Amino acid sequence: MFKKILIANRGEIAVRVVRACSELGILSVAIYSDADRAALHVLKADEAYHVGPTPASESYLDIERIIATARQCGAEAIHPGYGFLSENADFARACAGAGIKFIGPPANAIELMGSKTRARQQMEKAGVPFVPGTSRGVESIDEAREVAEQLGYPVMLKAAAGGGGKGMRLVENAVGMASSLEAAQSEAQRAFGNNEVYLEKAITNPRHIEIQVLADEHGNCVHLGERECSIQRRHQKVLEESPSPAVNAAMRQNMGQIAVKAAIAVRYANAGTIEFLADASGNFYFLEMNTRLQVEHPVTELVCGVDLVHLQIRTAAGERLPFLQKDIQPRGHAIECRIYAEDENHFPSPGQVTALSEPAGPGIRLDSGIYGGWTVPVAYDPLLAKLIGYGESRQQAIGRLRRALDECFVGGIKTNLPLFRRILSDPVFVAGETDTGYLGRLPQTDAAISESDEEVAAIAAALFASMQPRNNGQDTLGVGQTSCLSSQAAASDWKRAARTESLR
Amino acid sequence: MRYQVDIHGKTHQLVLEKASAPQQPDRWVCRLGGHEIVMDAVQTGADTLSIVIDGKSFEIRRENAGETPRVFVHGRQFQVTLQDARSLKSRRRAGPIDAGPLRLTASMPGKVVRVLAKEGDILHAGMGIVVVEAMKMQNELRSPKEGTLKKMLAREGMNVNAGDVMAILE
Repeated sequence: MFKKILIANRGEIAVRVVRACSELGILSVAIYSDADRAALHVLKADEAYHVGPTPASESYLDIERIIATARQCGAEAIHPGYGFLSENADFARACAGAGIKFIGPPANAIELMGSKTRARQQMEKAGVPFVPGTSRGVESIDEAREVAEQLGYPVMLKAAAGGGGKGMRLVENAVGMASSLEAAQSEAQRAFGNNEVYLEKAITNPRHIEIQVLADEHGNCVHLGERECSIQRRHQKVLEESPSPAVNAAMRQNMGQIAVKAAIAVRYANAGTIEFLADASGNFYFLEMNTRLQVEHPVTELVCGVDLVHLQIRTAAGERLPFLQKDIQPRGHAIECRIYAEDENHFPSPGQVTALSEPAGPGIRLDSGIYGGWTVPVAYDPLLAKLIGYGESRQQAIGRLRRALDECFVGGIKTNLPLFRRILSDPVFVAGETDTGYLGRLPQTDAAISESDEEVAAIAAALFASMQPRNNGQDTLGVGQTSCLSSQAAASDWKRAARTESLR
Repeated sequence: MRYQVDIHGKTHQLVLEKASAPQQPDRWVCRLGGHEIVMDAVQTGADTLSIVIDGKSFEIRRENAGETPRVFVHGRQFQVTLQDARSLKSRRRAGPIDAGPLRLTASMPGKVVRVLAKEGDILHAGMGIVVVEAMKMQNELRSPKEGTLKKMLAREGMNVNAGDVMAILE
């Protein structure tokens, strides 16, 4: 087993890996940019090294610098987390070249699955069902129109190197093809440095269901059931759960076997995820493989009773999988909420966390990368933390999450916590009837807000003003600024007295 | 003391007084919408409050960051604008809002990645002026009305905070 692991990431996932290392008796090494000196992952790790300035391209993406740091501190392995270098085959190769174990799949598997067109070719060979369309980039507008005619509109244009919804266009008819193709190609070029775009039949409002796979380096591979990830905004997942309300035992077994087949086809090792699109009648199609640990891995951990990061580290160290497929018996239900620093219009909301109350209690897990007093930097992803609820049943998991959301408070910056209150009390969600169009249809108002709560809020606002004579004589609540972290100098007693008098 | 509290477009007029019973220092009386509410209120932190009304317990937080202050009742947020007796008086005296040049401000902290207009440009409503990037997301600042760009303060690569003036439109 490794004695020391460097974590080439930041935020909640870096903290997650630090915790796993500590549990396994392995020393953890954090890296940080200028903006992250005081970040939680730096505070929690055993060792921490500065790797560059704030822009990720000069720090968390600087392969040479990270590998040099690992060599200098004597780390035998690197865990890449998700994002950044996690799906970068060059990085995996550079690690191997430096005699450092990359905790993830072989570089070849990353490369095969990294190009969506090449992945489709592999899946075609392995007999895995995928969304009808081309397995190569389209060369011309005429070819695109011809293929689209054969498939039938609507069709989807997708960047071969794509992800996160970039370089993707829905085309409703032949008229829109030319401009959409051009837009998708130029967006793909800008985002990924590669303008290859292919065509797929569009499945309207599908479910997005993925299978977790885990393979050791001795040819053993199992699946750990599915995750339902249909609740998305602009192709970014917002809430995930396991099991999926749309998957029964037979479909799970079928999808799981196909996922294992897909992983074996590219000689996969370590943790990975096969994403599928499923239509209303239960047909499912290979979408892509994510060759890394997923953000939403905790729901699988809770339902399957495993620790995926422990297993990633152990299999990377050469151990065999400690269980067989038949030993994996999912139990209960888990739901994850991705807490983002964003306002009600989904605009990023970085800044200082002036107050923080974290939920606890039965069935609640919080994987967080923040603390009270810390300033969330502008430069990186807005994911702050993941709140996961577990219960014997879906209903119990929902109840626990609702309760935990009421306990949760993040001050100073805005978060999407109110969105989760709305989702978790929405009858459509409670019935499990979600697809990728769900968020667009979710009612904007929180049904759980009562009129009496509003009156209490009004009274509370007045109470704060009355109880704090130090309120500095300002009109609104907004200028009192007496929070424990940013307390201002007390206003002069004279001013205060005069002001109180004038109000009588 | 008299207060006017606006929450999500609704106005609440209320009068709040400390109860005159010295043996109950946490007791307050509030007149709101024609009825009188007697309550027990304890400040549990700089921005937290516990209120008990008729045996019902409410956990309250206050949040002052951002443009509109918020009050949270059991974690549910309300955007709140509070005015007391004096500010209501001065509000009545003040004239209409100055209709001069319009200052366009950044809605979030971030980095200016593109400047789309230059001084002297005639802008239509909805035309992009500046693109600000934060947390991997780009946000375009658009012109809210027709006018001439009088001053462009934003420069590419510049870091800005929420509320910083980016451009002035006339």
